[in-house]
Amino acid sequence: MAKTLYDKLWDMHVVSEREDGTALIYIDRQILHEVTSPQAFEGLRIAGRKPWRLDTNIATPDHNVPTTAKERASGIEGIADETSRIQVKTLDDNCNEFGVREFNMGSVNQGIVHVMGPEQGATLPGMTIVCGDSHTSTHGAMGSLAFGIGTSEVEHVLATQCVIQRKMKNMRIRVEGELRKGVTAKDIVLYIIGQIGTAGGTGYAVEFAGSAIQSLSMEGRLTVCNMSIEAGARVGLVAVDDTTINYFKGRSFAPKGEMWDQAASAWKELVSDEDAVFDEDILLNAQDIYPQVSWGTSPEMVTDVYGQAPDPALIEDEIKKAGVERALAYMGLQPNQKITDIKLDKVFIGSCTNGRIEDVRAAAEVAKGKKVASTVNQALVVPGSGLVKKQAEEEGLDKILIEAGFEWREPGCSMCLAMNADKLGQGEHCASTSNRNFEGRQGFGGRTHLVSPAMAAAAAIAGHFVDVSE
Amino acid sequence: MKALTTVKGIVAPLDRSNVDTDMIIPKQFLKSIKRSGFGPNLFDELRYLDEGRPGMDNSTRPLNTDFVLNQPRYVGASILMSRANFGCGSSREHAPWALEDYGFRVILASSFADIFYNNCFKNGILPIVVNEQVLDGWFKNVAGNEGYELTVDLQAQTITDAEGNEVAFEVDPFRKHCLLNGLDDIGLTLQEADKIKEYELKRAEIHPWVFGQIK
Repeated sequence: MAKTLYDKLWDMHVVSEREDGTALIYIDRQILHEVTSPQAFEGLRIAGRKPWRLDTNIATPDHNVPTTAKERASGIEGIADETSRIQVKTLDDNCNEFGVREFNMGSVNQGIVHVMGPEQGATLPGMTIVCGDSHTSTHGAMGSLAFGIGTSEVEHVLATQCVIQRKMKNMRIRVEGELRKGVTAKDIVLYIIGQIGTAGGTGYAVEFAGSAIQSLSMEGRLTVCNMSIEAGARVGLVAVDDTTINYFKGRSFAPKGEMWDQAASAWKELVSDEDAVFDEDILLNAQDIYPQVSWGTSPEMVTDVYGQAPDPALIEDEIKKAGVERALAYMGLQPNQKITDIKLDKVFIGSCTNGRIEDVRAAAEVAKGKKVASTVNQALVVPGSGLVKKQAEEEGLDKILIEAGFEWREPGCSMCLAMNADKLGQGEHCASTSNRNFEGRQGFGGRTHLVSPAMAAAAAIAGHFVDVSE
Repeated sequence: MKALTTVKGIVAPLDRSNVDTDMIIPKQFLKSIKRSGFGPNLFDELRYLDEGRPGMDNSTRPLNTDFVLNQPRYVGASILMSRANFGCGSSREHAPWALEDYGFRVILASSFADIFYNNCFKNGILPIVVNEQVLDGWFKNVAGNEGYELTVDLQAQTITDAEGNEVAFEVDPFRKHCLLNGLDDIGLTLQEADKIKEYELKRAEIHPWVFGQIK
């Protein structure tokens, strides 16, 4: 029978099936970070258990780490916030105690888990990949089965190398046609979420396909799959092609020599069969997509740069209407307010969604020779990893951005979720390349507008949203 | 994990959709390396008027008296009722830890986000999908009757009101078994250790690059 890519990945990893329809699924790679792992290691300790395998886990701190060079200079002891310091130190201690490979805060390889994994070749096509972080869906962009789990499951995977799961349904979202100028992977995924809603993908493994997706670089595909969770789908996927295979050649943990040839030939099978049947099949036209900007407090509350905030008076459904009214009040926006009239207080370029080298390049291209508007209090560029930072500096992108008035920081999650010192003040509007615009996400009372790196850089310069393609 | 068999309790209504895990427990409280103590900061940004920080004395903070959990009639509630896509967003298990620590054992909603739904069962919380029409009725009943209670019977898979009206619900048999008995599933999985080892041997033959790369 014809199989989807998800079917193939699932079948490849079934250890045993139970009568009730659940299965024990083998996990090839687990990534650990400081926030969702301490209680899992503690659980092992209390039960007297050891990790099932050591050569499968890789750890790095990202959520809490400071991003100023000054605070990073003296290592963990230099982290000003005590609770953050304890958490980062606890990861180091646990990795040492249990023998888990870690890129610690001082390593050039340290970075956001979902940036570090692919760039190291630590996560590869065809693998099952888990992490105590919902954006683990990112890694599906390279034809792997990757999903976020809670801390109890982190412990379960450490102890057994498996998770208990029920198979999801298959959805395919095809984006066909040529992308308009200035439209990026971020705009595609925001547009998709706007179309199907934040629960549209719940219960599904979503394969992104079509010529517009195939035309994306690996970085772009990672951006799209990263936000599949924002459409409710734990799993996002893109079929393997030459772009995928070329991306992994020579990466640190990728197979070498004869084993590389063997792996690359196996990876070529990681595509949905031509006649595979999807439970849901959605077709979108790439030409309908313009640069996107979120206006509300849920990623589905999004429109394009030519759009405006909605008018609750025109919404009939009472629950939906109340939701829009609450979002507009929180965001400090008027009904029908034009997107281009939203003034920005801060700009954040980074995160597991848009903290890769292409994203920094896109921001630098827009910022080159220009200045951040005087009305913008802070414009941050936070590379997703030490290697992204190094690469950007070799290309001189840091200088372009600093010259334009951006701050160039050390790698970490930073203002995407504001667990460290990088955050919004109450009422501040931020053009952010991150993934969630929930109330308080980037700081108490902060107002997030999700955009692409180019749109964020253009907004930083204009002081309000502008169409980057112009 | 605490076993859950029957829960009879006051229903607290949170009448909005897309309640996300950032809302349930804001990120600053995720810095704890423990599993307990999150209850006082459950829904922190909705519950208090100031910005919450770890280690604060919550008893002295200004309360948002409009928020449902601050209303005296819902004190001691063990059932939380909300709308579609409850628990969306981050995978933080701190969300069910906070709900459980506060005293909620059952969440009623018209739909749940997948990761949150799964996390609940690992922590002695029963999330139940209830259709919108039934929920509408219960939201009305809660509004009109102080101390409105429901009884949830996991074994029988029913929710019953004081007048004996009964609604059936679905739950995965394996999860039901674990929750009824308070079972930790690591022990159960390790009973299949031989199968896991057998799988690894077969897999290493066809995909050797999956093993031994990280040292």
